[in-house]
Amino acid sequence: MSSKNQLIVKPEKFSTNKIFQLESGEKLNGFELVYETYGQLNQDKSNAILICHALSGNHHAAGIYSETDKKPGWWDELIGPGKAFDSEKYFIVSLNNLGGCHGSTGPGSINNKTKKEFGSDFPIITVSDWVNSQDILREELKIKKWLSVAGGSLGGMQALQWAIEFPDKLSKAIIIAAAPKLSTQNIAFNEVARQSIISDPDFEKGDAHPEKGLGLARMLGHITYLSEESMKNKFGRDLKKEKIEYGYDVEFEIESYLRYQGANFSKSFNAHTYLLMTRALDYFDPAKKKDGNLSETLSRSTCQFLVISFKSDWRFPPERSKEIVDALIMAEKKVSYLNIDSIQGHDSFLMKNDRYENAINSFLEADV
Amino acid sequence: MFKINDWISRNSKVLDLGCGDGSLLNDLKKEKSASGLGIEIDVKKIKSCLKKGISVIEQDIDSGLENFGNQSFDYVVMSQSIQALKKPEVALEEIVRIGKECIVSIPNFANIKCRLQLFFKGQMPVSSALPHNWYSTPNLHLCSLEDFEELCKKSKIKIVERKLSKINGEESILMKLLPNLFSEVALYKLVKEN
Repeated sequence: MSSKNQLIVKPEKFSTNKIFQLESGEKLNGFELVYETYGQLNQDKSNAILICHALSGNHHAAGIYSETDKKPGWWDELIGPGKAFDSEKYFIVSLNNLGGCHGSTGPGSINNKTKKEFGSDFPIITVSDWVNSQDILREELKIKKWLSVAGGSLGGMQALQWAIEFPDKLSKAIIIAAAPKLSTQNIAFNEVARQSIISDPDFEKGDAHPEKGLGLARMLGHITYLSEESMKNKFGRDLKKEKIEYGYDVEFEIESYLRYQGANFSKSFNAHTYLLMTRALDYFDPAKKKDGNLSETLSRSTCQFLVISFKSDWRFPPERSKEIVDALIMAEKKVSYLNIDSIQGHDSFLMKNDRYENAINSFLEADV
Repeated sequence: MFKINDWISRNSKVLDLGCGDGSLLNDLKKEKSASGLGIEIDVKKIKSCLKKGISVIEQDIDSGLENFGNQSFDYVVMSQSIQALKKPEVALEEIVRIGKECIVSIPNFANIKCRLQLFFKGQMPVSSALPHNWYSTPNLHLCSLEDFEELCKKSKIKIVERKLSKINGEESILMKLLPNLFSEVALYKLVKEN
């Protein structure tokens, strides 16, 4: 641990040769999952928490890789010593999901049959597939039952899926800024993102990092993660240069920011993974098997639930979290719900906020 | 001294509307093994509930209670907050729809202290049961026992039991003789009439 109470972490790898059946009907001939852990597993193995990541997330949720590493994990504001997910009390596990592009088996991995990268041949993975693969990791780590499974956005959907699919394998589910299924508008946004990737000629030629297409998808996504207010506060109508130039190059700061985000993202992220993740989101609809009755879908769940939404989130607005809450009330489950004031939009779930931290902290600490 | 707990049977399901810091639900959990759910809008009070391990939903009662099923709780409790709602009449109907039995307490505005203050001082009453000034009170719909009971009758709600006391829980003979004049607080057990 460094002087600033910062964890120094190291990723680990788990691999299996067993055939893994996917929801789509396809199979994977084994897989690898890269993951990190924070804190110590206690003797009776009752303090383990699984963190599930969102669309563009990965296993590096907290800490830094070396004393000189300036970029901590994506949820470092909430995970670490003395934080909401306190690594001094809990053993926290964070993995890169199957189909990801940060070390776990995904489109960028080598297909043993062809000796080439899977690319677009990589099968579609669903939220249920993720949860099943995470359960295999749970067994590997010899954890009988998670104290909690937690996540924001697509990560929250995985926590919900855990409660449905493995009711006796978790005590507390923390579902943040999520939805029980995507809205039509959500799917529409995803489709535009996918089309921008698929229609990029570089992608068609086999480039897994098409700067234009993937960059554009990210720019679009980014707009939906922010609130109008936070965008206004950050950039307003500020110009990049002193005055306007009557052209189509970058004029406003917001344009510059989005272009930078898009270009940067396309360098590090695999376009096939982006397609796969957006599809996993589209397909997520656990209540479908019960004719849309989420309450009945949750009837076997035994864990306690904490559901959190943010008032300025318009990607998965509070009403969507309320759908989950109301289904849980109907199903007579133990549920707490907070709708937190924040102007950061959907991205609020990534940021520090007293109320947010306190709620997670208290919920984890209270007796089951 | 009579407590709400005395009306709640063991292992029951309780919905506390305006549950505050979760004290009542916490007591019921410990003393009656009740499983409770609280509704609250105050951020600090919600935090206290979570600290106690009490399930709490951030929800404004005035925005409706449609998310709760018919007769889905053994008891619905609403302690000293119906007078602060925008639509007490609607809330009352909702309460008896959701709860098999309902426990509602109200401050009595026709209490003698209130009457005397209004009569002699010519000012809005301030007392331990009604501690706010007229300009800062959360209470929008104050009523007397007579008023409340009239509304119950109109809404086809049956009063199963009534307990009268001072705000500190004390009871007296005078209250039994002239309830609307001497009681500060009334606790009602209500059910929906068939």
